Amino acid sequence: MAESPFKADIERVQKEYSEKMTPGAVATIPGSSVINKTGSWRVFMPEFNRDKCTRCFLCYIYCPEPAIYLDEESYPVFDYDYCKGCGICANECPVDAIVMVREVK
Amino acid sequence: MPIRTVMKANEAAAWAAKLAKPKVIAAFPITPSTLVPEKISEFVANGELDAEFIKVESEHSAISACVGASAAGVRTFTATASQGLALMHEVLFIAAGMRLPIVIAVGNRSLSAPINIWNDWQDSISERDTGWLQFYAENNQEALDLILIAFKVAEDERVLLPAMVGFDAFILTHTVEPVEIPDQEVVDEFLGEYEPKHAYLDPARPITQGTLAFPAHYMEARYTVWEANENAKKVIDEAFTEFEKKFGRKYQKVEEYRTDDADIIFVTMGSLAGTVKEYVDHLREKGLKVGAAKLTVYRPFPTEEVRELAKKAKVLALLEKNVTFSVGGALFQDFSRALVNLDERPKIVDFILGLGGRDVTFKNLDEALAIAQKALNGEEFDEVNWVGLRKEIL
Ligand code: SF4
Ligand code: SF4
Repeated sequence: MAESPFKADIERVQKEYSEKMTPGAVATIPGSSVINKTGSWRVFMPEFNRDKCTRCFLCYIYCPEPAIYLDEESYPVFDYDYCKGCGICANECPVDAIVMVREVK
Repeated sequence: MPIRTVMKANEAAAWAAKLAKPKVIAAFPITPSTLVPEKISEFVANGELDAEFIKVESEHSAISACVGASAAGVRTFTATASQGLALMHEVLFIAAGMRLPIVIAVGNRSLSAPINIWNDWQDSISERDTGWLQFYAENNQEALDLILIAFKVAEDERVLLPAMVGFDAFILTHTVEPVEIPDQEVVDEFLGEYEPKHAYLDPARPITQGTLAFPAHYMEARYTVWEANENAKKVIDEAFTEFEKKFGRKYQKVEEYRTDDADIIFVTMGSLAGTVKEYVDHLREKGLKVGAAKLTVYRPFPTEEVRELAKKAKVLALLEKNVTFSVGGALFQDFSRALVNLDERPKIVDFILGLGGRDVTFKNLDEALAIAQKALNGEEFDEVNWVGLRKEIL
């Protein structure tokens, strides 16, 4: 899997958030969504079939997290740290290249 | 020139709000403080106050709207009492935790059941653990002044906490007294514009407020509320000094009256302080060494001042219009805590009186004095006493 494009953000946010408590616990820099990994909420996970994929990017556009990014060949890559298992990508994919399967943890 | 006139405490509170120029007022009418939002909506409708007046369907919504407005970065005000304040309870914690300097005028009234619209302090005393600053006014002038001071302290960068100013239902809310309305320019100088540095709405500088804190951060966030309350002690003193310089009226966290050489000091808050001062005069004429003290500030609790006061008396007689079950009154708990570790301390006797608008008369105070004298003479005494209780109907 390609490396998460958020890596630098994660490091920056983790550093700044470990420093000082602000009045009212205000989050003064955007990005806490990056360090709070929402992938743990997931019950179903998207399973991707590269052979069927037409690279239409619909899943990429619709993912609300966004937990899908594109690799060098423009195929979708799923970041399971943030994918919450909503199934929107599977629903939008016109060629059923994504199916939701129960995740066994 | 300041205008001298006569008005009710409710009107005085509305005038204070007008002078403070809040940008948002959200309020729901409730007896006895209904007149506060009524008068403010009049000011807004007449164009005398440039603010958004939000009519809401409950007190929970009123304070929620204030939280939203204050989080967006403007000066915010509301008024309520009794069940209305109780309905705000949940959001009061949020306002303090988010460090939003909202000011509430509270027409101190009893809580149900039974339903009772008259005065005691149970409503705001019950909110003492929310993190809000609490001031109590003795008269209508103090209601006006303390609201201005509350804004000043609440918005101070070292504090950033919401504040409530209590004034007794009907005794003050509905009784006209001479009140001096200060000049707008002097109030402007005193308060200045509210310039939010930690809570604002600005797309160019995005922040997240009302965040979730995991166990790793929650305790620290709560501690900052504690610390802000501690800081407020000094900031309140500074505000009192500046207020006196600008407006000529002197305030102290604990105001003493004829306490030098006193054996017994009556301690109270709100309008009852006026009655007690007269009572002290009356006793002094009889040659009794008795004094009075009034808490103008209840939260942060003025521990240092209370310890100073304790040095002057052999007995502290607390007169309070609230109940903390199993304990007595809330002040009894606070005073006990403030003095418990001192090597030498006065006896503390607690008196619960005047609940639900029951008049507090000299006869009641005589009853309290008799028990305080027992404590003074080393006789046995009850720590908690319900004064003026009609035992014959129980
Ligand atoms: S399941 Fe939902 S969150 Fe996960 S990749 Fe698909 S659209 Fe995104
Ligand atoms: S929606 Fe389906 S076909 Fe389109 S890029 Fe995503 S996986 Fe491939």
